[in-house]
Amino acid sequence: MDVLTSAVTLLMDWQVLLALLVGSIGGVIIGAIPGVGAAVAIAILLPATFAMPPLVGLVMLLGIYGSSMYGGALPAVLINTPGTAVNALTTYDGYPMTQNGEARRAVALAYSASFFGGVFSIICLMLLAPLLAKVAPHFGSREIFLAALLGIILVVLAHRGQVFAAGMLASFGIFLQTIGLEPITYSRQFTFGQTWLTSGVDLIVVVLGLFALSQAFLLLVQPDETPKIKSVSGSLLSGLKELWLYKRVATVSSGFGVLMGMIPGVGEFTAQFMSYTYAQKTSKTPELFGKGAPEGLIASEAANNAVPAAAMIPLLALGIPGEALTAMMLTVFYVHNVIPGPQLFQGQMDFVMALYLALLVLNVIVLVFLIFSTNVLTRIIELPTRLIGVTILLLGFVGVYSLRNSLTDCALAAGFGVFGVILKRLNLPIVPIILGMVLGGIMETKLRSAMPRVKTPWDMIDRPISMIIFVMILLVIGLHIRTLIRDWRNPPRDVDTDIHLTQEGDL
Amino acid sequence: MTRLKGLQELFKRYRRPGDIVFAWMFLALSLFLLSQLGTQAPWKTGGKTFTQPAFWPSISVMLMVFFAALHLLSSALSPRILGRWSEVFQWVRALEYAGWFMAYVLVVLQLGYLGTTMLFAVLLSLRAGYRNWRVLFSMSGMAIVIVVLFKSFLQVKIPGGAVYELLPSGLRAFMLTYF
Repeated sequence: MDVLTSAVTLLMDWQVLLALLVGSIGGVIIGAIPGVGAAVAIAILLPATFAMPPLVGLVMLLGIYGSSMYGGALPAVLINTPGTAVNALTTYDGYPMTQNGEARRAVALAYSASFFGGVFSIICLMLLAPLLAKVAPHFGSREIFLAALLGIILVVLAHRGQVFAAGMLASFGIFLQTIGLEPITYSRQFTFGQTWLTSGVDLIVVVLGLFALSQAFLLLVQPDETPKIKSVSGSLLSGLKELWLYKRVATVSSGFGVLMGMIPGVGEFTAQFMSYTYAQKTSKTPELFGKGAPEGLIASEAANNAVPAAAMIPLLALGIPGEALTAMMLTVFYVHNVIPGPQLFQGQMDFVMALYLALLVLNVIVLVFLIFSTNVLTRIIELPTRLIGVTILLLGFVGVYSLRNSLTDCALAAGFGVFGVILKRLNLPIVPIILGMVLGGIMETKLRSAMPRVKTPWDMIDRPISMIIFVMILLVIGLHIRTLIRDWRNPPRDVDTDIHLTQEGDL
Repeated sequence: MTRLKGLQELFKRYRRPGDIVFAWMFLALSLFLLSQLGTQAPWKTGGKTFTQPAFWPSISVMLMVFFAALHLLSSALSPRILGRWSEVFQWVRALEYAGWFMAYVLVVLQLGYLGTTMLFAVLLSLRAGYRNWRVLFSMSGMAIVIVVLFKSFLQVKIPGGAVYELLPSGLRAFMLTYF
């Protein structure tokens, strides 16, 4: 109870509340514009948040992360174009509902399911927090190393159909973070005698290049598009009432969202896949899925909105980000010298609780905002894509240059921007590069600090948690091999889809 | 069951034209880095393998070569998708906008943040094909909003332009602080 009171006190600062308001409403708007998305916005805002107190900066970024999917559901339902990549499955049933003249019902259900998923996950995590605080201290260097290794393996294997590409890009990410002056022996690695490479390649420069600038270049290179959209008339509050009829699907989907969100490298897509499959299998009308089934829409939106809060668990408790957005948030912690990990969970529980409470308030703000402003948002969706590209390019400059006023950083970011365009055009994943950089750094540090206690390979896994993680690694690899054998015996049909190309080209 | 299969395919990533060109380029980069391991990340004598400074660069570069070779192999064994070189042309086109970005960065140092952002918002809109004065006017308004939000309000670190030195001292200080 003391922790809760202390967390509320932390939140009751005007700066935090303003950051929450700006982040949540900004996130909805950004999420609603196809072609922008939370990753672009967070990348641009990241350096600006370094000057803010840690909680203010994190709440703003968390606001964007948590609310962008709400906004992303709107174009997914109305024009069959997901606002963010994780709203892609929403188009599957949302758009057919719009075609059947049920646009208002679909939008209302999407908002309600998102709200349910968001709130459900936060409540779960608040209840889980004391348990996590007990478990987290048992994670030493060996356990965190193995967890980061598991994260990398999951990120690679989760990219179905592109495992080799994901593997090479994750390795490239690990390589990028080794460039520069090595901190223990002060030897220069892969600097090729260039002084500008001595300080290494900054994660934020890579993030801004790969997410923000590449998106700007891509939108400017591709043909201009101006989506046309019809207004939604009628009350959107009815969705909450209708959601009650599908409470089982909503609860199970949110549960999948929480579980998948907690596992590094897995995230929204897997949660949505499992939820949708569950909803379809247990539905009385499975034939309606893909043709406008409300359960399908609920499964997709409840699952993806339950992920952000859960994704904060490995980040806060172990210092391990599970996907690109939490990897970006990790830099905010580092800049303020707040090291997420077992100590944070143990010693600053009020800070963790304050973040969860902020997410809870965010969901309420967003729902109220959307109920009253959906039709204004439909106008924003109609912005021409090339002008959005111009805006992202101009904003990208603020992000890169304000970091340390370096022209080299700008040139590097522009280079990564072009690289990002190639990856997006080829439908190759960007996230493995970012996670390779972050998790590679964690693995390097933790392996080094674990070494004095490791005499034989067995010492690495002789503690219960490290053994469990090791078994999980073997299990994940074993299951992947089983899937490969199954696919080889029974080759799947080749039906190409653009699901991964809908947003930042990735996630 | 058929529906479920369709859903699985929805989540699968597929190859696009130009994939093999990228696969070759990435493998070439990986092999180049591998050839430089001895000089750029030399193995120190003595010390445990895992604590060697060269351990992680070596592991990552070797994995890059391994996966890049497999990616190239899978790309070469897949049916060819037409439009390889037109796709490569799209990548080259992106270089133009990287040039615009760098020009923007360099001009900011001369003209200052506000002036340059307004100028490039209009120039890039013209480049994007917009000639309507209302669009150009809106884009320059948007540029002002960006500058006010980031420089005046959030106080991000962007130095003033060289032309600010020509302004009277009071106005110069104001421009340096807020624009």
